Amino acid sequence: MRISVRVNGDEASGDVEPRLLLVHYLRQTLGLTGTHWGCDTSNCGACTVLLDGVPVKSCTVLAVMADGHAVTTVEGLATSDGLDPVQEGFMQEHGLQCGFCTPGMMLTARALLDRDPDPDEATIREAISGNLCRCTGYENIVRAIRWAAGHPAAEVAKEASL
Amino acid sequence: MQVPAPFEYARASTVDEAIELLGRHGAGARLVAGGHSLLPMMKLRLARPDALVDINGLSDLDYIRVDGDEIAIGAMTRHAGVLGSAVLAEHYRIFAEAERVIADPIVRNRGTVGGSLCQADPAEDLSAVFAALRGTAVVRSASGSRTVALREFHTGPYETVVGEGEILVEVRVPIRTHLGSAYEKVERRAGDWAIAAAGAFVQLDDAGAVRDVGLGLAAVGAEHYTCEEAEDLLRGRPLSDEAIAEAAALCAQRCQPQADQRGPVDYKRHLVGVLVGRALRRSAGRARGEEV
Ligand SMILES: Cc1cc2nc3c(=O)[nH]c(=O)nc-3n(C[C@H](O)[C@H](O)[C@H](O)COP(=O)(O)OP(=O)(O)OC[C@H]3O[C@@H](n4cnc5c(N)ncnc54)[C@H](O)[C@@H]3O)c2cc1C
Ligand code: FES
Ligand code: FES
Repeated sequence: MRISVRVNGDEASGDVEPRLLLVHYLRQTLGLTGTHWGCDTSNCGACTVLLDGVPVKSCTVLAVMADGHAVTTVEGLATSDGLDPVQEGFMQEHGLQCGFCTPGMMLTARALLDRDPDPDEATIREAISGNLCRCTGYENIVRAIRWAAGHPAAEVAKEASL
Repeated sequence: MQVPAPFEYARASTVDEAIELLGRHGAGARLVAGGHSLLPMMKLRLARPDALVDINGLSDLDYIRVDGDEIAIGAMTRHAGVLGSAVLAEHYRIFAEAERVIADPIVRNRGTVGGSLCQADPAEDLSAVFAALRGTAVVRSASGSRTVALREFHTGPYETVVGEGEILVEVRVPIRTHLGSAYEKVERRAGDWAIAAAGAFVQLDDAGAVRDVGLGLAAVGAEHYTCEEAEDLLRGRPLSDEAIAEAAALCAQRCQPQADQRGPVDYKRHLVGVLVGRALRRSAGRARGEEV
């Protein structure tokens, strides 16, 4: 079936089998391997991407379901102005160790901040409760997201250009 | 890598089109809503439809609104929509309490009310909620629409009255006054299915006796996700500690949990007793206007 998906702002189109999962479409067909593929059972959240701005687990969404919609992967977070504040926050606060959970974490965080620019710790923990991290114990991830909340996009861009 | 077996795929943009597509593809066709139960089952070959009819485009089935003396919930309402609904928060606290412990926020962005009820998993939390509230389901087919009591909706594990060529379009719940409701669930870890769960609503009369009551049970093999005998026992009586204990014991006795990796039978029965008691107590407190 022919599909056309807006991925990170660019139109991607092609023929896919209906049974192709979105995670494999992104990784294998489009070569966007930033989206990780972990449990395959919609538990771990490593495969989280934004579908029309909403976090979804792409191992449990068909590529054909994204036809006509917009998908944001971790590759789409940074802009020509520099890193997204969430990415900057993960760097500043050491929000990752092995990095396997990180793309999913960052997209969930991005969607949270778009909805609630100043979330408290409990809200952050609730929002990322569908993203499992085996390394960090979550403390630094929560701090990284708080950092991003305290440094909205404009500020990060300004610091980067100094 | 888990991949579903091949299937044909069609997308519906109206309910009529969905029904027509189901008819055209015949007995092997299945609707797909959020896909968060169906796609995992297809990956494991526990389900193997020849064709999927995608109803994610039916955004006109995504609503929660007051309609006369009932609340109407569209079948394509996502779990996240139920959790965030101001209408439901005003009338039935049980919904947000149940939703907060269904899976995780990302799964809740995708899974739908209709998919949850039609999946008919014995542990489905919303099935217990709607059983407690004695809701009704509106089911449409090419020949029109019919209304089914939710307590008669499920005909067994993973089975419902929704037949070939039919689609669940709406769920309705009566609005009640002087009411409190609550949901209690015990799970092994955050986001997991229930080991056992119980929901309740309690309506008190001016003298403080139970005018009406509804109970819902998930994951413990309760017939129609409820225990009508325990409801009968409570109706018309003051909600004393003894009455609550009797009803809770009856629920624990009548349900038929199965031993599995989530626990043995006696533990699950014990949980039923405890959770029914808690749900009733908190519902009654809320009916009296207390903050519980
Ligand atoms: C990791 C994980 C954890 C979960 N934990 C819980 C939990 O703790 N508690 C809980 O209650 N649930 C839990 N769920 C299930 C979740 O609620 C699912 O989203 C839900 O069961 C199915 O909804 P869906 O829209 O994804 O349905 P789908 O998977 O799309 O469909 C399920 C079935 O219903 C049929 N169907 C769908 N919509 C309709 C309709 N309108 N009319 C007729 N038939 C229809 C489909 O044909 C299919 O047979 C969990 C799911 C996951 C993935
Ligand atoms: S790979 Fe999708 S949730 Fe784990
Ligand atoms: S950094 Fe290793 S899983 Fe989170």
